[in-house]
Amino acid sequence: METTILAKRRYALTGNYAAAYAAKAVDVDVVAIYPITPQTTIAEKLSEFVANGELDAELVHVESEHSAMSAAIGAAAVGARVFTATCSQGLELMHEMLFIASGLRLPIVMAVPARALSAPISIHSDYCDVVSARDSGWIVLIASNAQEVYDLIIQAFKIGEDKNVLLPVMVAYDGFLMSHTLEPVILEDDYEVRKFVPKEVNWITLNPEKPVTMGPLVGPDWYYEIKYQQVVAMRNALNVINKVGKDFDKKFGRRYGLLKTYRVEDAEYIIITYGAAWEFAMEAIDKARNDGVKIGGIGITSMRPFPEEEIVKILQDKKAFVTVDKALYFGISTSPVHMDILATLYKYDVRIPCINVVHGIGQRTMFVKDFVETIKMCVKVAEKGKPEKEIIYMGLRT
Amino acid sequence: MTLPKWYEMPLAGTILEPGNTIKIKTGSWRTFKPIIDQEKCTRCRICWVYCPEGSILELEKPYVTSKGKKFNITYEINYDYCKGCGICATECPVKAITLVREEV
Repeated sequence: METTILAKRRYALTGNYAAAYAAKAVDVDVVAIYPITPQTTIAEKLSEFVANGELDAELVHVESEHSAMSAAIGAAAVGARVFTATCSQGLELMHEMLFIASGLRLPIVMAVPARALSAPISIHSDYCDVVSARDSGWIVLIASNAQEVYDLIIQAFKIGEDKNVLLPVMVAYDGFLMSHTLEPVILEDDYEVRKFVPKEVNWITLNPEKPVTMGPLVGPDWYYEIKYQQVVAMRNALNVINKVGKDFDKKFGRRYGLLKTYRVEDAEYIIITYGAAWEFAMEAIDKARNDGVKIGGIGITSMRPFPEEEIVKILQDKKAFVTVDKALYFGISTSPVHMDILATLYKYDVRIPCINVVHGIGQRTMFVKDFVETIKMCVKVAEKGKPEKEIIYMGLRT
Repeated sequence: MTLPKWYEMPLAGTILEPGNTIKIKTGSWRTFKPIIDQEKCTRCRICWVYCPEGSILELEKPYVTSKGKKFNITYEINYDYCKGCGICATECPVKAITLVREEV
């Protein structure tokens, strides 16, 4: 069939407004939301859409994030398309309910403008909240700019509602750095978006005509099999995320998948990062390339499920790699995403020198020159020929 | 009995057959057994309302007390499911229900 590509309109939007516009575009039925900095403007924008009659949704004003997720679960359980958003302490408060949402296999979508965790209180960004929530059985996607926030939230509904997946999806991005920065964003026609993500309730719902019991008590003879179903769903999501990304490209002209790559084809070294840092990394790659360093980059879009095979494929013949993580671990000398990569490489019997960098904690300013510096370190570690044991805490006053 | 495999079970362990807990007789959990004194019972229905397991049976069974008071209904306990929680005995306004330790 012939398709006409009309001129698309670009709007100046913050990451948060892009998230709200995406939720409107997919025509969500229920929004259960509790404000928290830096997520609040999502709640405000969605309230505005509902108040103006631009979005026909039930906006539930809850008294906490625990209740926000509880209301979202209840709404999804009857077959509604549900959206919510939170971060940091709010994400921690709803932690218990995150497992209920994924365990009940309800495809709720949540925006998470990632923010550092207390104490001490920080309203600024890092990914410690997302990392703390990433083992809750949710699909965790990470956006690197406002356009990706909009695009990934639309895709999140299609991924989560896929009958082979049926899992909740969170779309994370740097708080403030992305949530409050104006960027040009192409907003697609709502009608076209709704055609791309039609409402199909593929999950078992609560219905008085056909009563069921959700989330019953199960004994040791049953629990394991039910949780294994979730393991399989997450594995299925690997293909679904790539497929939805390709379909999105066909329809809207922007390609997505489990990860993003930049200049990897002839690269000898790789820099791996995610979120807003990916944009810094790409600029640093260009600078280093000008100096003759053959560096490429991987930007991780899907933190869960983790794109093991795709990462191995890229890294296996490289001289060294560096991970720049915007999250901390305590008590083990790796950072979260670096650890995932190390585990993956060991399993696939790939041994290459690497270096682990932590940066941007509590929104410590990351400069492009810092990424250039990490690339230099990566080259050095390749010369040394074995992985660097100590983490580089970049930007730290020492 | 062979239990179903992971792919043979409804997603998330959802129970598709309403009321199937009737298959699990919970009476064996009981330590104390409630016994209704039909002489004292005023048929107020409070135990029937409060029982969390629906184990109080309201039967169309006439009863005449020793003083000659006639009742058209009788309350009895379904010991197949009564867990012996004692709520009925606590709530009974005329103390017509007593808890007696189960004999093994």
